[in-house]
Amino acid sequence: MTPIRALRALPSAVLIVLLALVIFGPLMNLLIWAVTERWYFPHKLPLEYGFSFWERVFRPRGNAMKSLVTSIWIAVFTVVACLALSVPAGYALARLKLPLRALIMLAFLLPQAFPAVPIYINITRTFYELQLNGTITGVVMVHTLHGLVYSVWISTAAFAAVDRSLEEAARNIGAGPLRAFFTITLPLAMPGIMASAIFVFLESLDEFTGTFFVGTPDVTTLPLLMFRASIEGNYQIASITALILLVPSLAFMLVVERFLRADVLAKVGA
Amino acid sequence: MRASIAIMRQPSLIGLLMVTPALLLLAALFLYPLVFSLISAFTVERSDAPAPTFGLFNFFNAYELYATDILFTVVIVGVSTLLIGLFAVAIGGYLTLGETALAVAVLRWLYRWPLFIPFIVAAQCMRSFLAKNGLMNTALEAAGLLDPLSAQSFLDWRGIIITFVWKQTPFVALLVAGAMASIDRSTIEAARNLGASRLRALVEIIVPQVQQILVVGLVLSFVTMMSVLSVPIMISGNTPTMMTVDMAFRINAYGDYGTANALGLISYVLTGAVAWIYVRRGVRQGTPP
Repeated sequence: MTPIRALRALPSAVLIVLLALVIFGPLMNLLIWAVTERWYFPHKLPLEYGFSFWERVFRPRGNAMKSLVTSIWIAVFTVVACLALSVPAGYALARLKLPLRALIMLAFLLPQAFPAVPIYINITRTFYELQLNGTITGVVMVHTLHGLVYSVWISTAAFAAVDRSLEEAARNIGAGPLRAFFTITLPLAMPGIMASAIFVFLESLDEFTGTFFVGTPDVTTLPLLMFRASIEGNYQIASITALILLVPSLAFMLVVERFLRADVLAKVGA
Repeated sequence: MRASIAIMRQPSLIGLLMVTPALLLLAALFLYPLVFSLISAFTVERSDAPAPTFGLFNFFNAYELYATDILFTVVIVGVSTLLIGLFAVAIGGYLTLGETALAVAVLRWLYRWPLFIPFIVAAQCMRSFLAKNGLMNTALEAAGLLDPLSAQSFLDWRGIIITFVWKQTPFVALLVAGAMASIDRSTIEAARNLGASRLRALVEIIVPQVQQILVVGLVLSFVTMMSVLSVPIMISGNTPTMMTVDMAFRINAYGDYGTANALGLISYVLTGAVAWIYVRRGVRQGTPP
């Protein structure tokens, strides 16, 4: 690189380094807190580093492990519920002739267009009468509502991306509609449906607001545990829990493009 | 062939049946609470009256107690939306027009990170990063840009804006960069050949062509920021704060659904005004929901 070219590249290099600091600075602070033993004002950096809080978090019968198990079960049930609702709905919306199809698609988008807190407040009020507050069932229902937007839209796109002639070929050689669906259409749409399942799983794992209202006082998911630790000022526990929540999300970032192929993405909303 | 054509012809009853369970869940857990919140906002329950009456009392109460917070919410979310739009266009613009291939590649890898970080984790990161002895002040002091004695905590309205912009910019930038990548390069090159600077090409040629998706991304971000509870509680739970925190407080401390729902209705109106733009621009233009 000639000196002149290097000089011309300097401003963008400075900007990129600044941006990296802005993006990774907060994450760095989280990492530092996760390995801190003692740190208080006015000290700029921790006085002592160590892993004693990790031992507390990962203690087999500790609160954090219990919350992690609760969170994973809720996420699994939410995925099952969302897929059970959205695979048939997605197929119908992609393939069958439906009256008011555009309106139905739009309806699933509606919860995204309204601020969530007032909705959750009134769900809580109804759930209180139905004795669903503080139950896993109640939390799964709220998470399913939240995940449904993604699972319906993505599975509709996944079914729309499946070549219709393959299905027709199967029907022509004598497969019934159900058999054609399970042996041809569903396997071909599977990558998209898997992507929506992973998406719903992560959304459920990270969900805070709905669980905050519906889950209290008995259901403590990982985000709720993290929140309480943070409010109580226990930043070590909060940061370690935050890291546990971060791992699946970042893993998803690395694999998302493998699942959500361009031909499916192009069909979203079409 | 015959069978599938037959299926296509019937305005499918089976199809409707297949969509019904999902629609029922939507009705029970979204429409019902929504209607309920609207009714509750206008219902006045008082101990001295035998039966609940309808009126605007809850709104007067909400205004009297939380007028500052409503203004605060509008300012925080409005400023955040503007900054998100600005940064997203800047990132998208650099990805499209950048001449240093390495810098473009690094930026493409770099800018997406916060998109995949949950709000609650972002809030915890910022809660330590923006504190008085957080890494931000430490770094500024080390660089000689900040006098240690004048160091202050950013855990107030500024912290909420910083967190929102940090978390939401990648989402809008992703949409905008995608749209910018698909526009016709010849118009940009023509402008550049005629001597337009990169900034001018961005503002006058590129942005008008991606305006639609930019607005969709910003509207979705606006609604998201109006919905998030964890960030305002964790960054700045003290007064003045955002309406989401006030709603949670009315419920948890007083069981006061009337005032909470009045605040809720005000937040619907605020997002409704913005969502109107979204509907006008057409949902079909929006990519992932």
